[in-house]
Amino acid sequence: MRSVIAVYVENKYGVLARVSGLFMRKGFNIDSLTVGETDDPNYSRITITLNGDDYAREQLIQQLKKLHNVKRVKLLDNGQSVERELMLVKIRHTPETRTEIMAASEIYRAKIVDYSTDALTIEVTGDPSKIEAFLEIMRPLGIIELCRTGVVALERGRQMLEQPQVSELEIEDAEEDAT
Amino acid sequence: MKAQQPIQKNGSEILIETLIEQGVTDIFGYPGGQVLHIYDALYQAEGRIRHILTAHEQGAAHAADGYARATGKVGVVIATSGPGATNLVTGIATAMLDSIPMVAITGNVATSLVGRDSFQEVNITGITMPITKHNYFVTDVRDLADCIREAFQIAKSGRPGPVLIDIPKDVQQALCLFTPKGVVKRLGERIAPGSDIERAAELLRNAKRPYLYIGGGAVSAGITDDIIQMAETIDAYIGCTLMGLSAFPHSYDRFLGMQGMHGKYAASRAYREADVILAVGVRFSDRAVGEPGQNPHTASVIHLDTDISEINKNLTADVGLVGNIESSFSRILAKCEPQCHPTWQKKILSFRKQGRAIMEQQEQLAGDTLTPKKLFDIINAEKDDDTMIVTDVGQHQMWTAQYIKLERPRRLATSGGLGTMGYGMGAAIGAYIACGSKPVLITGDGSFGMNLNELATAVTYHIPMVIVLMNNGVLGLVRQMQTLFYEHRYACTELQRRTDFVKLAEAFGARAGRADTVEAFQALFREAMASDMPFLIDTQIDPNALVLPMLPPGGSMDHLITTIG
Repeated sequence: MRSVIAVYVENKYGVLARVSGLFMRKGFNIDSLTVGETDDPNYSRITITLNGDDYAREQLIQQLKKLHNVKRVKLLDNGQSVERELMLVKIRHTPETRTEIMAASEIYRAKIVDYSTDALTIEVTGDPSKIEAFLEIMRPLGIIELCRTGVVALERGRQMLEQPQVSELEIEDAEEDAT
Repeated sequence: MKAQQPIQKNGSEILIETLIEQGVTDIFGYPGGQVLHIYDALYQAEGRIRHILTAHEQGAAHAADGYARATGKVGVVIATSGPGATNLVTGIATAMLDSIPMVAITGNVATSLVGRDSFQEVNITGITMPITKHNYFVTDVRDLADCIREAFQIAKSGRPGPVLIDIPKDVQQALCLFTPKGVVKRLGERIAPGSDIERAAELLRNAKRPYLYIGGGAVSAGITDDIIQMAETIDAYIGCTLMGLSAFPHSYDRFLGMQGMHGKYAASRAYREADVILAVGVRFSDRAVGEPGQNPHTASVIHLDTDISEINKNLTADVGLVGNIESSFSRILAKCEPQCHPTWQKKILSFRKQGRAIMEQQEQLAGDTLTPKKLFDIINAEKDDDTMIVTDVGQHQMWTAQYIKLERPRRLATSGGLGTMGYGMGAAIGAYIACGSKPVLITGDGSFGMNLNELATAVTYHIPMVIVLMNNGVLGLVRQMQTLFYEHRYACTELQRRTDFVKLAEAFGARAGRADTVEAFQALFREAMASDMPFLIDTQIDPNALVLPMLPPGGSMDHLITTIG
């Protein structure tokens, strides 16, 4: 089963290595992982898509929560979140295939962002199934190379993953305070 | 608290001041090029903090671990960059697997030299990421004090564990303003919801064959009295993991001992036959309950742990209570009613009889020779409740688990999860520094050979430890597997060494003697217990002696091996 998990992490030394190291150590199979700074530069938001059973998903969430730099973890409801992925794909073109490529791009609301005598670079945005469908069409036409960002996702409506706050270290009350 | 004025200090001074501020009185370590500055600050702080110099960084890490196990305080170890840091790795992993609070401090090359394969440079934060709760690479001296405070907080909060702080040399030298603070608070733990507490209590109220399965989490939580009260109230019996052995007094008559691969027969059987299992601070490790899938059981399981990821990790619990163990346990206890299960009592009695028969059969076969059991009878008779028992890893460790009588919490240090041979020498030194209780190290010739250099440390610091060297010339626990499962093909487990351990100990400046009979061992052990210097007793045991009963690896609890060949 496919799950999308949103994670807030502190922007600190080695945080990405900690998160990715966890996948290796616990044997999780990750489909994609995206990371970028949030509105607050102290934090980044990671989106993980995972293919695995309930056990793998639960363990991944609980193990993530144990990492000190991980501040929030939330499993996003598939039906109740917006998912997007961006792909750049470079396609060989000939006078015979050019029209088909451009027509397909238009239908998929893809943008042609680079054009040379024998290659086109197309930018497509959408949920992963749209990207897959577009690739299916392009594959027989001759893909030279492609690059995908992996999924980013937000919950629909007012729902949100609460932004963490920087907290001060709490100090034990000194004994002389009691007197 | 009156506001403290900031003072200008360098990184090394800030480190030492923060350690003192966090209540550290003793640290273990070994100097080197990239911690020269820190050692200079230590030199100047003499009298306020004590440094124990070991023979090897691994010994220092195990000492910090033993220190923490004996007291529950955070153990602190310090090492230089490169090989100094990598020598800590086994000690840190040992602490991680057994959830022992530790702060490890390493020096590193200056930030300008990092990543250039400089002399004695190693990325120790990368290396230790999977074996620490958290680690820090401090690049700015202004972050240093709070990093150290946070490290202590993480090490001792929730499920304890090791934290490493790597400090480059230039950060050790850099100046900044330092404001002293107090000891950091533990992070708050979850409190299990009342509905789950009620579900757990209901299961226990309806139990006919209740069993308490106690682990290291119960030692950390310090709930000895509550466990006993629970057993009394609901007429339950108690078994434990290796880590849970020191959670309560062994003289208590409902205590069945350690369960599992080399556990007590009665405990393993009670675990199998129970209808409700109250599991406290355990992780259902394959060594304690058999491999997952091989041992499906019909009992309802109530699992208490402070670490949410342990619930349903190795075994699906009927009720999982995440959060502070002390709070969950006492709240369940308050909802339990007095019960009596005569059929269960009879069953337990018969398990105990069978267990005793297995043991007596082995003893009879051995005749008058000095068997492990006879050694432990003497040790139990001569030690007092405060004696710190430390082990290495192997047959001697399992025999300790089976035969030793512990009466007080935190009087056992043994490497459970990682199974680190060579753990004991360092741990015994650390435990003595921590609590001043006389350590008795039970070891084997294999394990002792790994870190015997720490005898030098024990002599230097006048550690009055007794080393009971169960010498059989073989790597017994592995050889036992070869006996049982590899048709006696003893690949590399017969040592054929000619080490004279008595001369060796004496060469280090320790006292030593050899005992091959029950009487000689008793006399020597008494002498050793009275000695104020380290005292090694080399005692020959039969290389063919097996740890029994034994659960075959991957096998089921229903197939315990209870007799020899």
